[in-house]
Amino acid sequence: MLILVFSGFLAALIAPWIHRLIPRFSGWFLAAVPLALFCLFAVNVGSIAGGEISRASFPWAPSLGVALSLYLDGLSLLFSLLILGTGTLVLVYSSGYLKGHHHLGRFYSFILLFMSSMLGLVLADNMLTLFVFWELTSLSSYLLIGFEHGRSAARKGALQALLVTGTGGLALLVGLLLMGMVGGSMELSELLNQGELIRSHQLYLPILLLILAGAFTKSAQFPFHFWLPSAMEAPAPVSAYLHSATMVKAGIYLLARLSPIMGGTDAWFALLVSAGGVTMLAGAILSVLQKDLKLILAYATVSSLGMLTLLLGLHTDLGVQAAMVFLLVHALYKGTLFLVAGIVDHDTGTRNVDLLGGLYKGMPVIAAAAVMAALSMAGLPPLFGFVGKELLYEAQLQSPQVPLIIIGAGVTANILIVAAAAMLVIKPFFGPLQHKEQESHPPAVSLWLGPLLLAVLGLAFGMAPGAVARLIISPAVSAVRGEPVLTELALWHGVNPIFLLGVVTVLCGALVYMGRTLLHRGAIRWKMVGDWGPARWYDLSLDGMLRTADFQTRFLQSGYLRYYLMTVLAAAFMLVIYTLAGKAGITGVTAWPSAYFHEWVIAVMILMAAVVAATSDSRLATVAALGVVGYGVALIYILFGAPDLAMTQFSIETLSIILFVLVLYRLPRFSILSGKVARTRDILVALANGSVMTLLVLTATSEPVHSRISRFLAENALVQAHGLNVVNVILVDFRALDTLGEITVLAVASLGVYALLKGRSTGEKK
Amino acid sequence: MIRSLILRAAVRILLPLLLLFSLFLLLRGHNEPGGGFVGGLVAAAGFALYALAHGAGTARRKLHIEPHTIIAAGLATAVASGCLALFVGLPFMTGLWYGEGLPVVGKVGTPFLFDAGVYLVVMGMALLIIFSLMEEE
Repeated sequence: MLILVFSGFLAALIAPWIHRLIPRFSGWFLAAVPLALFCLFAVNVGSIAGGEISRASFPWAPSLGVALSLYLDGLSLLFSLLILGTGTLVLVYSSGYLKGHHHLGRFYSFILLFMSSMLGLVLADNMLTLFVFWELTSLSSYLLIGFEHGRSAARKGALQALLVTGTGGLALLVGLLLMGMVGGSMELSELLNQGELIRSHQLYLPILLLILAGAFTKSAQFPFHFWLPSAMEAPAPVSAYLHSATMVKAGIYLLARLSPIMGGTDAWFALLVSAGGVTMLAGAILSVLQKDLKLILAYATVSSLGMLTLLLGLHTDLGVQAAMVFLLVHALYKGTLFLVAGIVDHDTGTRNVDLLGGLYKGMPVIAAAAVMAALSMAGLPPLFGFVGKELLYEAQLQSPQVPLIIIGAGVTANILIVAAAAMLVIKPFFGPLQHKEQESHPPAVSLWLGPLLLAVLGLAFGMAPGAVARLIISPAVSAVRGEPVLTELALWHGVNPIFLLGVVTVLCGALVYMGRTLLHRGAIRWKMVGDWGPARWYDLSLDGMLRTADFQTRFLQSGYLRYYLMTVLAAAFMLVIYTLAGKAGITGVTAWPSAYFHEWVIAVMILMAAVVAATSDSRLATVAALGVVGYGVALIYILFGAPDLAMTQFSIETLSIILFVLVLYRLPRFSILSGKVARTRDILVALANGSVMTLLVLTATSEPVHSRISRFLAENALVQAHGLNVVNVILVDFRALDTLGEITVLAVASLGVYALLKGRSTGEKK
Repeated sequence: MIRSLILRAAVRILLPLLLLFSLFLLLRGHNEPGGGFVGGLVAAAGFALYALAHGAGTARRKLHIEPHTIIAAGLATAVASGCLALFVGLPFMTGLWYGEGLPVVGKVGTPFLFDAGVYLVVMGMALLIIFSLMEEE
């Protein structure tokens, strides 16, 4: 199973290369990867339906309890098939849709990356594994939405999606970790038995809120729904794949996966049903107010995601059954419609429903697919959507609490969705022909294959819902409920209240469709309110953050070297004093050290040189005096048995004098620029730091060192690291990671110096 | 650039000597005072001296390789020396030793490779700054 997931990543890695090799057939070729995976998973349908669960585990970071463990049950199988099946079709479709695009190879790579991440997400057993894949889907979605990175709207949409889902992802991580702590395991399969414990724990509510934050941002629940319409800047196949069929369902998947553990409480019901309900209504209302094909679809998707959340919130057998069926229904028809919208846009150059008309003549196959999908969306027999909607109403009617409100909201949302479905298809395809130049040529096979297949599946599943229920839906429902639940579906239940509700829905939907011009007029007024929606808050907070950063940078980064130095020195001063006074205690000079005469000579020499450096009015003399200080220190190193340090110090001193001279060469004549106050301040800073360093050294040396570390290093240098020079062994072996960090800093710093010098000289030339 | 015949004549001998000395420091660092850091500084000092005598442009040509390439090579060497252990299934940066050692070079192991990386980074860094400053004029 692990290999299956990673083969997708591998394919993502080599996709650009394959595309360069065989540019004409790369899409078809790469589509073979998800297709093969699809078949491999499909083989398991029988055994999973029989109640089997297959798992695979691979230790990843055992010391942290993180394992790369995967788990295939009914729920993951349903999602896997959805991901891989749609993935195959979308890849084929992209090869036609983005034909000749110069970044097509990169596109394949991104989409395969996303597909594998999504697959990993739904198969993950370990919660950290799940989180890693979760974030990977956010990242690849960012890349895909921003694929047309030349357009600022695409970049903005991508960033918005990343920030919203990323923030939710962080909340999710905390929630998962807390849950792992409470439940005593990071494996979901083990936590399934800990549901009672977790639900009664005092941390239950925080955990639930954090996890819901993750799921709601990912699945675009109100008030986080706004990123999804902005994400429509992505190319059509991406919208079809990520933003209707798979990625946005990740949140739904998580809710379904966790419902045996977290579900069934009052908080669960209240949060999911209210958020889901509001999203369902808001999405449906916003959907019929749009004129852009993709935006209509986007808001309809928001509405459907709300419906799914609501159904899972009910936490009844019927609710879960309806959710699983609707999930499949939605993926089939929404995928089709997004792909069709892409073709229409591709062909006519517009997605505005007002400007489109009479398209069925040019593309009868596409029109057929669109009609089937729209009928499924509207929930008309004999399509699978009809089965879904019947179940949906039934589940809502039998809600344990407030069934009337829920069914009311459900019917209202569905009425609007019916109208939206009509808007998508009737006028663009069968309305009066708008412009002569819209007369289109039939699209290529790669373009119509995907939508047609998805639409036909919607029809086929509607005709034979029994088999689908037995093989795919039942195992998924059982997995979500945590016990075997038999799901039976049938197309025709006879004339009963639910069927009548469906009829009412369709009729009202038709009415809404008739009155759509009125609606759109109202929409202009609604825009005023819409301007203050969550998207506006997102913009405001982003602006605020940037402004704060700007202010802070201006405040801290004055651009004057002296202020930087002072900040650094003052901080060091405070911290050292605080630590010394608070913890170590300040010790004065306990005894004057007995030193030899030559040691005194060196000390006095250093002191004198320091005085000269501070008072001289010749730069060269100052540099030379500093050099004397440095060499003096190096001499002390030699006297006290640190030849390595001494050698390095000598070389450093020499090189820095060369550097100084090179710089001095260019400076203007020496003159005293600072006033009395500034000089006094500088003296104070210098004195304060000098004395604190003295204190520090005195304190450090006043106690004899009983370090086990230095003894360990001295004893093991030869035995373990085969070296006699302990200093060097520490540098290149025991603490080599530190050294690696240091040389990296050196490299970066020198690049900075280089950039400053070169940047200035080219700037002057201009 | 300093037009001094004495300096130029001296540099001709001093540069190879300093380079040899820097290598010597690098190699002996494992058992006796020395090491990649000081070795790199000495090598840089050699080229700095050459640049003082002949100008930065000539010194650059003498060096053949751009200083930033040296830095990159050094960092890559250091990281690679750490990664070698990964292939044997040991944690990153575990020291690996090969056999009983060779004449002159001494024991061969990844820490030595790491030290060579340090040598290159330090040398490249010092030269990058010195050359850039000299070429400013």
